[in-house]
Amino acid sequence: MIGVLVVVVVIAASVVVGLVMRHRNGRARPTTIVGSPIAEHLRGRLGSNATMVQFSSAFCQPCRATRRILEEVTVMVPGVSHVEIDAEENLDLVRALDVKRTPTVLFLGPAGDVQERASGQPRKVDVIAALGRVMGSSGDVTI
Amino acid sequence: MTTPVCTRNQIDPRGPRFGATITSLVLIAAIVVISTPVGVVLVAWQTVVFGLGAFVGLHAQPYGALYRALVQPRLPRPTHLEDAAGPRFAQGVGFLMLALALVSVLIGLTVVATVLLAFALAAAFLNAAFGFCLGCEMRIIGLRVLSR
Repeated sequence: MIGVLVVVVVIAASVVVGLVMRHRNGRARPTTIVGSPIAEHLRGRLGSNATMVQFSSAFCQPCRATRRILEEVTVMVPGVSHVEIDAEENLDLVRALDVKRTPTVLFLGPAGDVQERASGQPRKVDVIAALGRVMGSSGDVTI
Repeated sequence: MTTPVCTRNQIDPRGPRFGATITSLVLIAAIVVISTPVGVVLVAWQTVVFGLGAFVGLHAQPYGALYRALVQPRLPRPTHLEDAAGPRFAQGVGFLMLALALVSVLIGLTVVATVLLAFALAAAFLNAAFGFCLGCEMRIIGLRVLSR
């Protein structure tokens, strides 16, 4: 009977974890970064309205899907650039920015400041919502 | 859009999820009857399954073979393929956990075996039900810690 109890607890806990992770995936939330550790990497690649910095790793299918989604958004929204960084080859950056999983997308404002972050594969609407908040400070933007 | 062709290195992503579903069922049964000979057989079986997938390759994994024979022909061609390396690594982790569980149950440490099987079940279930790859989630944290 203990076995049945263990199974029920494990499945119930997994369902909760799964639902929470699915809900949180891709949703951007405000974040503060001390200093500007990625300034070097972004020289010349900042978007005039916003920049999306994506951390990816090998064998990460959600990273590939995220790349496709972000690329599509850069076509839709003017002045937004997409920069992709290999997490495994930039572990110092990963630590400085406290990246815990891939994909992680940082949303930078027009001044190149990190304002929001999202981990996990986003939906296109999540990306556009985050961009709307990040670009809001620069005045009127029509999508 | 051309339909992708499954190769040794690029696989239909639905295959591993099917495998994770079978694995979950096997592990549920194993946990429930762990104190019986059937439980030991189930653990031994799942250890072999993971071992084949990890050391021989995903094509040798019995659940994958079942998927290709029975399920895949009934589904539309996959819209995209995924790299085989991720699922193969997961098989290796699964093998480690199941092998330890097998040793534990054979020397009478049923509680240890149950705990190991419970973690394996959580990982398999999360993959089957939500498509989450727990090993992938731990990869970056693991690299951060190991390369300190």
